[in-house]
Amino acid sequence: MAKVLMTGNAAIGEAAIRAGCQCYFGYPITPQNELTEYMATHLSRRKGCSFIQAESEIAAINMVYGASLSGARTMTSSSSPGISLKQEGISYLAACELPAVIVNMSRGGPGLGSISAAQSDYFQATRGGGHGDYRTIVLAPSSVQELADFTHHAFELADKYLIPVIILGDGMLGQMMEPVEFKYEAPEELPIRSRALRGAKGRPSRIIKTFTSKPAELEEINWSLFRRYQQIKKQETTCDTFMTDDAKLIVVAFGIAARIAKGAIKTARSNGLKVGMLRPITLWPFPSEKVQELAKSVKQYLVFEMNMGQMVEDVQLALGGNGEVSFYGRPGGVIPTPSEVYKVISRLYYQKGLK
Amino acid sequence: MDKVYTRPKSLKKAVFHYCPGCGHSIVHRIICEVIDELNLQERVIGIPPPGCSVFAYHYFDVDMAESAHGRGAAVATGIKRAYPEAIVFTYQGDGDLAAIGTAETIHAANRGERITAIFINNAVYGMTGGQMAPTTLLEQKTTTTPYGRDVKLEGYPIKISEMLALTKGAVYIERTAANSPANIRKTKKAIRKAFQTQIDDLGFSLVEILSPCPTNWRMTPIEAWQWIDKVMTKEYPLGIIKDITGKQDAD
Repeated sequence: MAKVLMTGNAAIGEAAIRAGCQCYFGYPITPQNELTEYMATHLSRRKGCSFIQAESEIAAINMVYGASLSGARTMTSSSSPGISLKQEGISYLAACELPAVIVNMSRGGPGLGSISAAQSDYFQATRGGGHGDYRTIVLAPSSVQELADFTHHAFELADKYLIPVIILGDGMLGQMMEPVEFKYEAPEELPIRSRALRGAKGRPSRIIKTFTSKPAELEEINWSLFRRYQQIKKQETTCDTFMTDDAKLIVVAFGIAARIAKGAIKTARSNGLKVGMLRPITLWPFPSEKVQELAKSVKQYLVFEMNMGQMVEDVQLALGGNGEVSFYGRPGGVIPTPSEVYKVISRLYYQKGLK
Repeated sequence: MDKVYTRPKSLKKAVFHYCPGCGHSIVHRIICEVIDELNLQERVIGIPPPGCSVFAYHYFDVDMAESAHGRGAAVATGIKRAYPEAIVFTYQGDGDLAAIGTAETIHAANRGERITAIFINNAVYGMTGGQMAPTTLLEQKTTTTPYGRDVKLEGYPIKISEMLALTKGAVYIERTAANSPANIRKTKKAIRKAFQTQIDDLGFSLVEILSPCPTNWRMTPIEAWQWIDKVMTKEYPLGIIKDITGKQDAD
């Protein structure tokens, strides 16, 4: 298929439909409304599909929970304040091993914050977010093409590991237009998941729950979840590197910040500074092994995030002291320019005596 | 010899954990009778709430899933939209349906979701130890209204069924009680009608059941049955609150 020009939000919608998403439930919030509107236009009248503009984010995520119980591929989307409301449902999805895709086109916080792009939901996304011991797979795209590709991948991962998958974008990615190619056609029919609730026909009745009066039973559920999380860590951790081979300083950035950092790194290279980049694509699981591998030859790290410093903790944990970590962040929805980030890079480069 | 009474096929052979005199076990049983009579065991998906009836899935021999507190109507909506062939019911208490889940309930009703809510009104939070519910009566003593529910401080008992009846998507709402053989029979008839409403694809249906909670009411089971008649039904009159199932304008 030829490339088309689309906003990031619309591209997620199209990619979701092509991934076989049957049910979408959402609630209006800026800056992700184009996605809800896209689903209202393109999913709501499709055969076997359903779209609801829910009364709240809480209702929307619980509708997702219901649709997932019945075996449907299902999705919701929101932005930071709305994602906070969804945490209750995400915890239940994780507990009951139900696949779902949750899109967070995040914005500045805390509180009502701003509607401008930010990355301040990193902790919330990568630490589970809701109550209880659980994780979600977190994908961090940095272009409209990746929004489309990762949306498809998110549905596959969710079904493979029976886990909620979060696409952590931001308001800028959602709103900007770029050429995008959709690599998949919507499936005619998806196989029915084995634990789907569709009535006890020709089989014993089925219960989907975690609540128990026996703590030891719940402990075993937790162990079972964490065994799967170990498997995900081994098999699904992904990251991208840029000009790291001869680098003396590595910038670690994700999502739109990585896009900005790349521009800064290109300027640094043209000025003879040996700077590279590590871009985690899965924020959970975090590519710690890649960080450790880089640490064998590179000792200086600059973590750049559009927040007050969240992923920087994962970088420090991964390095375990085998490298020096600096941080540059702009919170609140402020979007730094590549030249601003270049200034930070070059100052650090000289301060650390790398030139 | 004619068999006049037997365990419903869709009721598991399990001993109820409910307190003596509690209404849940009666209501569970008659729901199962209705499921059998309408031949729905293979189509039903039930959503019990957190609360005393959280373990309902140990008794109903149908597909069931737990719900977050108050979210039953949203969960049921998701199931029904994803798999319309299912007959979906929620089983909810007064705190669940009329306090924390008010928004989900009203909007599911207003959209005319093809789901059935079985709403147990016992005027208290049971599982947590008898705190005030939105349905607690004026002057009723609970653990959080130790001096009795005071209208100036706690407001009025909420009549959620009457409120829901105002939504166009709700087509059948009836209030019954589980406190006498006659009322239990009426309750079963109402539950049957509510499920039939869903089978006929007419819209949202709900049966509110005034149900005894002798433990938290600090009464004997017999006193609890009598209290429903003498006190509760004065605030919550029994009968059909809304029935437009026979009308063309049923959504």
